[in-house]
Amino acid sequence: MSAMQAIVRVRGLNKSFGDLHVLKDVSLKVEQGKTVVVIGPSGSGKSTLLRCLNLLETIESGTIEFDGQDITHLGRQAFKTRRDIGMVFQNFELFAHLTALENIVLAPVQVKGVAKPEAVATARALLEKVRIPEKADFYPDELSGGQQQRVAIARALAMKPKMMLYDEPTSALDPEMIKEVLDVIQDLSRDGMTSVVVTHEMAFARRVADRVVFMESGRVIDDAPTSEFFRGTSSERAKRFLNQILHH
Amino acid sequence: MDKPWLVVEYFVSPRFVWGASLTLWITVVSLFFGIQVGLLIALLQESKNRYLNALAVGYLWLFRGTPALFQIIFVFNVLPQFGITLSNFWSGVVALAMNEGAYMAEIVRSGLQAVGRGQRTAARALGMKEWQVMRSVVLPQALRIIIPPTGNQFIGMLKLSALVSAVAVEELLLVANQAASANFRYLEALSAAGLYYLLFTTLFMLIQARIEDWARGNRGRRGKKSSLFERMIGATGGDGGRVR
Repeated sequence: MSAMQAIVRVRGLNKSFGDLHVLKDVSLKVEQGKTVVVIGPSGSGKSTLLRCLNLLETIESGTIEFDGQDITHLGRQAFKTRRDIGMVFQNFELFAHLTALENIVLAPVQVKGVAKPEAVATARALLEKVRIPEKADFYPDELSGGQQQRVAIARALAMKPKMMLYDEPTSALDPEMIKEVLDVIQDLSRDGMTSVVVTHEMAFARRVADRVVFMESGRVIDDAPTSEFFRGTSSERAKRFLNQILHH
Repeated sequence: MDKPWLVVEYFVSPRFVWGASLTLWITVVSLFFGIQVGLLIALLQESKNRYLNALAVGYLWLFRGTPALFQIIFVFNVLPQFGITLSNFWSGVVALAMNEGAYMAEIVRSGLQAVGRGQRTAARALGMKEWQVMRSVVLPQALRIIIPPTGNQFIGMLKLSALVSAVAVEELLLVANQAASANFRYLEALSAAGLYYLLFTTLFMLIQARIEDWARGNRGRRGKKSSLFERMIGATGGDGGRVR
């Protein structure tokens, strides 16, 4: 597979919640091994776009291709695709009744039929990778937000996904914990994990993203290589948005 | 009470022991099936299918809108006309379980709803099928919310089981009533039966406390425990308000 091959290709995506048209003719391409950061004001449809990529939302029109397959109309078979896509949420959503380790082990054993000892070994290695091996037997409410989010990342990785989706992974965190989570995401990204990150962390976007997608009012306003985007040469509107958030 | 020892005599007599055992058995079996029915109705209510929702609403309307005693007599006397003939015991149990299901459904549903939507989304995002999401993520968390009120249902059911005396099941109350009508020793006979009921409700509350501690301990929690006395007040007080 060539480095330039698109693992995700979205064309003309439209999505409404009742009368509210939240995604308008959105197109997006994510190349194998690359990291795309999606930014934009609140309510611009970033999170909805991410949820559509994981088939957690139904769409009105458009097509979504993933890994060379049209996944737009999978319906009840959507769970098969989701096994190959890891997702991390703003509010972590660790399963509250399970320990960190059990959270990570659950899906590989249940969904993929991985043998328990093997799944546990993988889970421990992943906790090592996200730098909290000592928290394996803690319950979510005994962990800090940053620790919970790192366990959530490990949980998604345990399914050995072909792509990771991060939905505002640091928005619910205290400032001192943001770095520990972003560092983990950055490491994965550098190791070649295809990633789509919805975030407000501009420094992170500048450092880690290969491309930046700027959305507003449900449209993709700008989609450019990171350096170009931050130079502000790609679009007027993106430039104004950058000025707003960088000077506040 | 000129013959107080008569209470003890009744209490230990084989007929009373048998009646009390039957009462306990009716309670356990009815609640067991009642929980299954409640779970089923709750899942129907939560379903996205409109017809299944309507089915659940119809069920609740029927079983909450008529007295439990009516349901017992109906199952015993009317169902045979439609070719469904059950023994006295099973008529009582089926009616009580179906009645209980209508109340358990609400308890199960509030437990299910207490599990946040994000938990289901996260499970789905891991590639779980809907039934796996339900079994591994939603139900175990809902259970912690469902257990305490279910203990109260147990106590309620114990008391409700006396109703099956109406279809001649020789449970505790009927035994006491029969014993008394032979010699008009109502005070002694009913006291003996009352002692059994109090013994059972107290035992249930102790067991419930254990189960709740287990559910908490299972999570590595060091939550506050409530005393048995608090439970008795809470359980009896709470259940007393229930209208059937």
